[in-house]
Amino acid sequence: MPAKIIQTNATPFTRVKVDPITLDIVENALRNARAEMDAVLFRTAMSPGIREQHDAFPMIANQEGKMVVGQFGSFLYGFMQGYQGTIEDGDIFLTNDPYSCGGAVSHLNDWLLMMPIFHDGRLVSWSAMFGHMTDVGGKVPGSLPTDAKMIYEEGLIIPPSKIYKNGQLNEELFNILLANTRMPEWNKSDFLAIIASLRLAERRVRENIQRFGVDTYISAMHDMLDRNKVAMGAIIKLFIPEGKDKASQFHDWIDDDGQGNGPFKIACTLWREGDVAIFDFNGSDPQSLSSINFLLNEEMFKMFFGAFTINLFDPQILFNDGFYDLVDVRIPAGCILKPKKPAALSCRTHMLGRIFDLMGGLLGQGAPDALNAAGFSDSPHFMYSGFDKEGKWFQLFQIGFGGVPGRPVGDGPDGHSMWPAFTNVPNEFLEAYFPLRIRTYATIPDSGGAGLHRGGNGINIAYEMLEAGEISIHDDRWLTYPWGVNGGEPGLRSTKTLVRKNGSTENIPSKCDRVQVQPGDILHFNTWGGGGWGDPLKRPVEKVLADVERGLVTVAGARRYGVVTDGTTVDQRATDKLRAEMDARRGKTALFDRGFENLRELKARAKKETGFDAPKDPQFFGQRIAAE
Amino acid sequence: MSKTEDLIRTYEARLAEIEARLARVETAAVPGQYAGTTVAPRVRSLRPTGGLRLGVDVGGTFTDLILLDAANGKVWSAKVPSTPQDSSIGVLNGIEKICREAGIKPSEISEVMHGTTVATNTVLTGSGARVGLVTTKGYRDTLQIARSYVPGGLGGWVIWNKSLPLARLEDTIEADERIDSKGKVLVGLDEAALRKDLKKLRDRGIEALTISLFNGYVSDIHEARVAKIAAEVMPDIPVSTSHAVMPEMYEYERTETTVVNSYVRPVVAKYVANLQRELKAKMGDVNLQILRSDGGLSSAQAAMDQPVNLLMSGPAGGVSGALWIAKNAGFKNLLTFDMGGTSTDVALIENGTARTRRETRVADVTVRAPSIDVRTVGAGGGSIAYVPDLTKALRVGPKSAGAVPGPAAYDRGGDVATVTDANVVLGYLPSDAKLGGDMTIRRDLAVRAVQKIADALGKSLEDAAEGIVAIVNENMCGALRLVSVEQGYDPRDFALIGFGGAGPLHGNALSKLINSWPSIVPPGPGVLCAYGDATTRLRNEASKTFVTTTANTSDREVGGMLRDLADRASGDLEDEGVPRSEQETMYQIDIRYQGQGMKLTIDVTPDEFNRGGIAGIAHSFDREHEQLFTFALDAAHELVGLRAVVQGQEKPFIGRDYGQGGQDSSAAVMHATRVYADGKWHDANIYDRSKLKSGNRIHGPAIVTEMDATALILPGHVGIVDKVGNILIWPEGHEKAR
Repeated sequence: MPAKIIQTNATPFTRVKVDPITLDIVENALRNARAEMDAVLFRTAMSPGIREQHDAFPMIANQEGKMVVGQFGSFLYGFMQGYQGTIEDGDIFLTNDPYSCGGAVSHLNDWLLMMPIFHDGRLVSWSAMFGHMTDVGGKVPGSLPTDAKMIYEEGLIIPPSKIYKNGQLNEELFNILLANTRMPEWNKSDFLAIIASLRLAERRVRENIQRFGVDTYISAMHDMLDRNKVAMGAIIKLFIPEGKDKASQFHDWIDDDGQGNGPFKIACTLWREGDVAIFDFNGSDPQSLSSINFLLNEEMFKMFFGAFTINLFDPQILFNDGFYDLVDVRIPAGCILKPKKPAALSCRTHMLGRIFDLMGGLLGQGAPDALNAAGFSDSPHFMYSGFDKEGKWFQLFQIGFGGVPGRPVGDGPDGHSMWPAFTNVPNEFLEAYFPLRIRTYATIPDSGGAGLHRGGNGINIAYEMLEAGEISIHDDRWLTYPWGVNGGEPGLRSTKTLVRKNGSTENIPSKCDRVQVQPGDILHFNTWGGGGWGDPLKRPVEKVLADVERGLVTVAGARRYGVVTDGTTVDQRATDKLRAEMDARRGKTALFDRGFENLRELKARAKKETGFDAPKDPQFFGQRIAAE
Repeated sequence: MSKTEDLIRTYEARLAEIEARLARVETAAVPGQYAGTTVAPRVRSLRPTGGLRLGVDVGGTFTDLILLDAANGKVWSAKVPSTPQDSSIGVLNGIEKICREAGIKPSEISEVMHGTTVATNTVLTGSGARVGLVTTKGYRDTLQIARSYVPGGLGGWVIWNKSLPLARLEDTIEADERIDSKGKVLVGLDEAALRKDLKKLRDRGIEALTISLFNGYVSDIHEARVAKIAAEVMPDIPVSTSHAVMPEMYEYERTETTVVNSYVRPVVAKYVANLQRELKAKMGDVNLQILRSDGGLSSAQAAMDQPVNLLMSGPAGGVSGALWIAKNAGFKNLLTFDMGGTSTDVALIENGTARTRRETRVADVTVRAPSIDVRTVGAGGGSIAYVPDLTKALRVGPKSAGAVPGPAAYDRGGDVATVTDANVVLGYLPSDAKLGGDMTIRRDLAVRAVQKIADALGKSLEDAAEGIVAIVNENMCGALRLVSVEQGYDPRDFALIGFGGAGPLHGNALSKLINSWPSIVPPGPGVLCAYGDATTRLRNEASKTFVTTTANTSDREVGGMLRDLADRASGDLEDEGVPRSEQETMYQIDIRYQGQGMKLTIDVTPDEFNRGGIAGIAHSFDREHEQLFTFALDAAHELVGLRAVVQGQEKPFIGRDYGQGGQDSSAAVMHATRVYADGKWHDANIYDRSKLKSGNRIHGPAIVTEMDATALILPGHVGIVDKVGNILIWPEGHEKAR
């Protein structure tokens, strides 16, 4: 039974014709309101995750719960269908349970707050935001245990609950939440910062209603959704061929589950039937026994698709839920993208990021000119915690950055983010507030794949630990490569090395928990580069030389472009010769260059290349499936 | 003409992006024990104040001058064409003209105050110096990686190309050295290796050098040493160190700021030195001062050394001018709205003071230098209207027709509809309006351009034009919100002042949108910046980084430090000719909840501090935090910085005499016209501003023209000329429109 909405005013809204200019004004006003929500949040939050890295996402929806402005699509409709209780003026709902909101948030760290906005006794809109809390309890600091087998190990689960009722904070519930985190001060401040943002949206919505009248406001939101639907409908028709016989297919992998098994495949098939684009994830691997499962919210996936394509056509189109009927996302239950409760989810970040690569490969096949290479499709985590010499608890959660891929528009930026709004944490900040010394923060030469447009380089961060403690890491792409396209080569994989104070070195796996560290130990965290785009032999020689002079490509690395240089000048004759030889040797270039023939071949060379044994083929509840 | 029209040709259009960066502009100062001290650049006057002051604003079209006689409070103004090849020619022409009108000799002028856009232009046109950069070993890529931020939201990376850093990577070297976050040296400087690398840099042909070492905000021990070696290796190359330019935490922001300083330095230094030389030749021993982005004044020398502080010098002049007008007209709270051809600057003045922020942005360059909190939106008279096929929505901007070809109505080859064309179609900008100079307005061309939009929308010509104006007003309304509502202010408590070439055309409509009354049209909306330049008060400040929780310090300790700072700032101002008896002192305390990245600045008088102490500061902070963000915390309070600001007294100046007239304004009517508003045509009159007298009432709809601007009074509104010549527009029947 859906939630009961308590309205004191039973008058239905009247759909009125909205002048197109008024419509544009409402659209701008809501867009501004969303920007204001961000501004308030970032200024008042305390955790570096939200404050510096901006791991939080606001939105405003219409009274039916359809997102009108925002980024990740609306989960509100699903919430309203599933919530067993009333929705009243003065309520604010809190949940972090992926399984009770269809994956709107995908791990327990994300606290999702939803506020119905009432006007004159009627529900007129929703504002909502989720933000990543540094810690929500569970077995490890940061609440993201790699080795979790059930979600119960990952922290306190909050089913959708009224954290505010009648405008009053439910302090007893809130105290329970704070009592179950290692960082109560941060959570409290971040929580209040989100509330402040939601209230600001509420004020803006009410101002709009005062200005235009409630029927015009409600109708304008409908029109905004409709307008988006028309625009996206045109794009879908233009972009996706009709008929299952013209379907395109693509797949990619997550390397391992942190338990020695992998890789895990995600696969998708895309075709169009009439107006509707169909994404079918049949062929993806079943869910994992470990924590790399990703509960993919269908609405969120539609938003990824919309964002990807809209940026290529009219970036001024407002993202909203309007086009959702035009996309049909089919994910088989029990697969790694739709695991069944209580599967663990905390390490889902890689699968979430890999969706970008998957989508790029899928959509780009029909239009190779618009095809991007694989990039830094992840937000790997570094966690460091312990008690300092004065007995004070410290706990850091940090996201890594890497190479944006080579794209039709140009080279991929080095060491950047592919997530909206994310920024890195300044190293001076880290040194001032944590027992850390950052020895190096630099791009890794040659880590970006060679191409006509070079893939962005990954980053080398050298963390020197100043206190004894524990580090945990979630990373990926240590085995498979960020692929290149249209003749471009793959980028370099990720690596991590721990240099102990006594000089010994340890190869650190991509996913690990609670590695003990001592003062003076240095962790080299090397992220991966983006794949290259287009034929590297056609990259202008002066661009290759400039990259060499800038230290982004080495003298040896320039040979991947067929360029012979000593670092200051180019030997043009030798270059011409080398390019001709390489061109003859390689033959015709493929659309995708994954850097390996098949998984068996890749695994066979894993130990030699990475220092780690190849992961075992995953066992899916006793049912052995070939890893290919 | 607003200076921004000439300056800001590129900008980030989306407010979302502006705001997404807010988090990073806030200062997070040094934790721990370290306390550094910085003193604002000193202003040294060569003559006692009290002589003749000249304010000069150089715009793209006109150079405006204002002459103030502090002895008798008189004011003169002059306007001459600008000379873009060498602006000093225009300035000297103007000086000659204004001196002739005032009946004085140029040598009688003791001070020239100048707001300049040369630093901004250098960034916008990419015409700065080739900058070499020295970083700490391991941090060569600081500018390349930046903050890893990709603009444009979800999927924005697909189309975003990053511009090259202003100091190129091939011109960046690493110094082998390291200090920690407390300033302790961990690795000594390898001087031999550095010397070798510096020589290489020199031979590569760099024109300016930036030294920005890791943790350099805590201690300049290594930066100073590197600078000394650089002076030996490359004596002719100007060197900027991050510790001197911006001793604040965050390596990327500090490095970027210092590099920008180096980037604009040779151009600014040449400009200022040249102007100073020309002025001295003509006027003798005159004291040239440059307006800083934060509205303060800088000596010519300080301007040449730290030009990064001048990036907003132009807009700061406008806000200062608005302040001066507001004071004379008796308004303490106002929103300023400076609309030019390609962009619009807005700012908020509360209780007679403009809000400042610790960040300056020009195009995609963001530096940590204090500036008046001016928000720029990419919407102006030249913004282009279009209708994308896909959505059939009406969009205005961010593309602009610029000066060339300009709006269609200007008959310079433009054929796409702009905001100006919409104003022409609606009759707001009549064909006989003067645009300053010989520009004419052709309504037929505007009609042709706007008709295309009307056809695409399926609307009438007039409704399409009104739509274009409504959309652009909405964009600007968003910017006004950012400086008001978002900061916790209610725009209904503020008046709005519109200036710049297009400000007075849109001011009335904006006041209506955000309910800020009256809508003020100042006399000579185009010369407002020069007023601001001339009327800026002498000011000095001394500050200190002091990071500690309030529990760990005492009123005595903090009070003692504040008194020392005040004493030092005050002594410097005394040296500049302002006796202590004429000085006003204010304390500013930067404070936050421990753990937060931002901070708020609490202003208190010395008396208030003596009464309330730190507890009073913390209480004010809680209140302001609650006002801004709807909540306060019970977390510990952390002091971040202390500052004493000392200012000279304000001098009253008397404006032109506007004569007392009755309510009847018909004597100023030039002729009848028609304007389109609210979906229909209205009969209206065009007024000649120079013939209006105080007390006159102009009932809308009406157009008021003067030399360089045209004002629109909407139907249902009335403009009342006040005693200092402003037109105050109110809704007809408003209780204050007596």
